[in-house]
Parts: sequence; structure tokens; C-alpha cells
Amino acid sequence: MIQEDWFMAVTEEELKSLREKARRVRIDILKMLTECGSGHTGGSLSATDIVTALYFYKMKYDPKRPDWKERDNFILSKGHAAPVLYTALAHAGFIEHAELCTLRKLGSRLQGHPDSKCMPGVEISTGSLGQGLSVANGLALAHKLDKSSNRVYALLGDGELQEGQIWEAAMTAAHYKLDNICALVDNNGLQIDGPVEKVMGVEPITDKWRAFGWEVFDIDGHDMAAITAALDKAETVKGKPTMIICRTVKGKGSKVFEGKVEFHGTTPSKEELDIAMKELSGETVCK
Amino acid sequence: MGGNVTEKVATRDAYGDALVSLGKKRNDVVVLDADLSGSTKTSKFAKVFPDRFFNIGIAEQDMMGTAAGLAIGGKLPFVSTFAVFATGRAWEQVRQSICYPNLNVKIVASHSGVTVGEDGGSHQSVEDIAVMRVIPHMTVIVPADGPETLQAIEAAAEYKGPCYVRVGRSKVPTLFGADYKFKIGKAHVFNEGKDAAIIATGIMVAEALRARDLLKAEGIDVGVIDMATIKPLDTDAVLAAAKRCGAIVTAEEHSIIGGLGGAVAEALVESVPVPMARIGIKDTFGTSGDQEALLKHYGLSAGDLATAVKEVIKKKR
Repeated sequence: MIQEDWFMAVTEEELKSLREKARRVRIDILKMLTECGSGHTGGSLSATDIVTALYFYKMKYDPKRPDWKERDNFILSKGHAAPVLYTALAHAGFIEHAELCTLRKLGSRLQGHPDSKCMPGVEISTGSLGQGLSVANGLALAHKLDKSSNRVYALLGDGELQEGQIWEAAMTAAHYKLDNICALVDNNGLQIDGPVEKVMGVEPITDKWRAFGWEVFDIDGHDMAAITAALDKAETVKGKPTMIICRTVKGKGSKVFEGKVEFHGTTPSKEELDIAMKELSGETVCK
Repeated sequence: MGGNVTEKVATRDAYGDALVSLGKKRNDVVVLDADLSGSTKTSKFAKVFPDRFFNIGIAEQDMMGTAAGLAIGGKLPFVSTFAVFATGRAWEQVRQSICYPNLNVKIVASHSGVTVGEDGGSHQSVEDIAVMRVIPHMTVIVPADGPETLQAIEAAAEYKGPCYVRVGRSKVPTLFGADYKFKIGKAHVFNEGKDAAIIATGIMVAEALRARDLLKAEGIDVGVIDMATIKPLDTDAVLAAAKRCGAIVTAEEHSIIGGLGGAVAEALVESVPVPMARIGIKDTFGTSGDQEALLKHYGLSAGDLATAVKEVIKKKR
């Protein structure tokens, strides 16, 4: 939750526009996934508000120069949420909206999981869980060596915290005092085989990250005011990395998907899409 | 040049020295180790450039990912630990975070093969060439001596893309002089030979040269080729040797499955199938012992090579 000493830099108007952006991102995600017929619906929708805040509130980047040296880095460690990243990149101007319809098709730059070899704006290929935070550490070390102020953001899943490499990376970030890293957990509570706490419990998450030497914020991952305030606050933390635990709902945006584990790796039918579109009162992107 | 044994240097020591000289020339060079810097000799770099050295602790998977991030951030990372950990413990991180995105990371692993010695089979990597060679984008280099290691490290630094360089713990004879020029993907032919050719890599190059001299006394003319780059393989050199000699023996301190022997067999069978023998570890794990005893135990001595050459010559039509 938002703490009392947090400075709220964001205006009501900005929040309104960010929420509208998130709504449109959700619509595009659902359209592209329905068109494609395969992909990860639940974890893309749960991360939408977080990714929207990063791309349209916090991060520095230049879509015309994806390799711009001054850019902030975003690493989608939970690479299966590629649809939310691709949609954000389209809205940010890295690719044309029309290209979203090519998701997972042969020859497309929009691979099933992000591929940095072909996709502009993707820092590193991800998809095999547990590896993104280490990469974020490497980038953060490079920025420290260069004495540059670039920041590194990494989005992890809560199921992903079951990977041992995450905790190796957690130690490394704290050991090297990487205060230019802000990691976020999309804590939607579900993984492919069921509830995270049933498959392999990861709680108490905040205590774990604190014990590993991180500054930890625990927020509602769909509250745009909380997300933006936490991202701002993270920039003021010195001498240690910051972790924002974002409590989210898998499939957030429509009752069709919300909290339903079966939508981890499946896409909506046309009928389900219609219901969701009514709830999101949306317009189309992919036709 | 060739077989002139004047001094002995461990390739890991040459690596440590190469890093220091590279670090002086290029300030984008950074080095990572997983608590084995004294053994891998990255400690030499750490001493001169403490700010560009990162000890990641006993966490090889994290180390590979961190190196990937440093590469994206414009640095030239060299990553070191024992071969068994670099290529085994962290194989999937090497695949996913380094090779799949084709990042400019150099993995230089020491303590390869059975000449790790007394530590035993848990620490003796006999599979690393195979499991690195199979990953797309990966270049695999196994230097034979100190000077070749120095050059291989410089070449890897110049090359853009992931490289795996395999160095060893034990001291090996110096085979190359200062005039030698190593090129990635290019074999060095010590002598062409007539009756058979030994294609060797790493510490087995010195054994191959010894075997050549043993056979010479028996009137057998054997060529010796140093195949320091296993991927991309110098197929031209392999096929030329097969055409010229009609029989090939490969020699490596590694499993006969999937390493140099595998690579050479793949090249031969598709174009110039000739009788061939693979000298290496015969699908088994290592064991404790001193270097010399182990080479003998696993059939990797010059005498074993000479025997294999004579056998393979018999199979020629």
C-alpha cells in the first residue's frame, strides 16, 4: 500500500490517462491472443497496469533508437507475458500496431517468448524462468561502471520465485548495492498447475526479499497511484536494490479470466472475447 | 616450430596473463568468477583491475546471466569457473541468456578434462566440448599451449559473439613460438604426413607430436594437425588430411562422444569417409589420480595414440 511518507508526483489527470492506456493495452492483448489462438492470457493481463506504468510514466526510452545509451532497461523475466510487452512496445512506437496481429506466426518478430535478436525494444530474450534478474544485475553493474544514471527494471512472476537462480541474483544485487535496480513481482497467486501456495509456496515474499537485503514495497498491482508512487519512491532508495511486490489478479480486466488458472496458457474463444470486450468496452486492433 | 619442448606452462596461467594484457588495452573488459579465481587465474586480473572484477560467489547460473547483462550494457565480459560448472551447472543459462540472444560473452573454463587430477571424477569435465558445441551461435576453442591460449583469448575478444574457451590445470609443453598466429576456425598443420593424420586438440596436441616421433622411428609418416577451434570446424583441413593420408585419428582429453572426434567424424562421413579412430575418454567418468597416471589409465598417452594410428592404417583399402 501507499505509505504516508511517499511523495505523490503523479497528477490525477496523468493517472486517468494511464488507466485509459492500460484499458487499451488489455484490449489489444486480448485481440492479439484471440487472433493467434495460443499464448499466455492470465499473466499478461495481471501485469498490464505495471507494464503500462513503466512504459508510459516512468521509463526513459526512444522508440526510434532502441539502443539509445541513455535509455532505462526493462527485462520481462516472466517472458511468457510477451503479449503485454509487445502491446506496450506498439503503444510506445517501437513497432506498428498492425504487427501485433502476427504474434507467434512463422517469420514474425513477435515470437512466442520475447527474442531480442529480432524484436526492437526487447533487451534480452526471456522465456526460461528465473534468469532475468541476473541479466538486470549485469546491466546495473555496467551502468555503475559507466557512472550513468540509467535505471534497470525487471518484472518477475511469483511462481518464478521458485527458481533458485532468482535468489542467487537477489544476493548479487544486494552485495553490489545495485540501487539502480527496481524489480517487481507480478504476484497473481497462480501458476500453470494451480495456486502458487499449493504448488510450491513462496510466501512470505516481502520478508524473504527484506532478509536478502532489498528495500521492499508491497502494493496493489492494479492501483495506478500506488504503482507510480512506488516507482518514484524506488528511485530515492540508496545503497540497495528495490523490490515492489505487486499484488495482482491473474486475468485482470474481465470476469471471464480473473482468477482462473486455466487461462494461464490458453487464449479466449471468440465468445469469451466478446464478453471481455463488452466489459472493457473496447475497440479492435487486429481487424 | 613443433614438438620443441622447452618450457611448460598451464593454459590457465596463460589465460590469467592474457586477461591482464587485454584489460590494459581495453577498458570494456570485465571479468566474473564464481569463487575460483585463484584456480582459474582470473585473480591476476582482479589484482590489477579490482573495479572490473566481479566475484559472484558460488552461483554459476547467476554469473552467466550477469555476464549477459554486462554484455548488453556494452561491456566485454569474460566468465570463468571450472569447466564442469560453467558448462554443466549453468548450461541452460548459457543457452538461454547468452547464446539464444547471441551476446558477446566469453566463457573461459579451466580444470577441463581428467588432468584436473586428484579432485576426481566429480570435478573432471569430459562432456563440456560436446554440450557447448551443440548450442547454436557458440564458438568452441581449445588451445594447446600457453602462446596459443594468449592468442585465442585475443581472438575471442575481437570476435563478436559467444565463445567457449577450454583451458587446463596442468602444465603443458610450449609448442608455439612468438611468430604463431591463431585464427578462429583455422587448424594449424604441424606436418602433413602421408600414412595417417592425427587431429588433436588441447593438451593432446603435444601427445600427438610425441606419437608422430615414435612412429617416425618405425618408418610411418604421420601428419599432426592442431584443431584448436572445434566449432566452427576447419572442415577443409579435415577433408584435405583425409584425402592425403586416407586415415584419421582424433585425440582429445574429452569424451569420444560429441567432442572433436564427433565433429571430425561428422565432417568425414559426409564427404570423405576414411578409416578413423577416436582417442579420448570412452564414455566414462574420470577418477582421482595424478596427471600422468590418468593419461595412461584412460589411454591418452603418446604410445596409445601410436597404437591407434597403426590400427587405423591397417583398415585402409
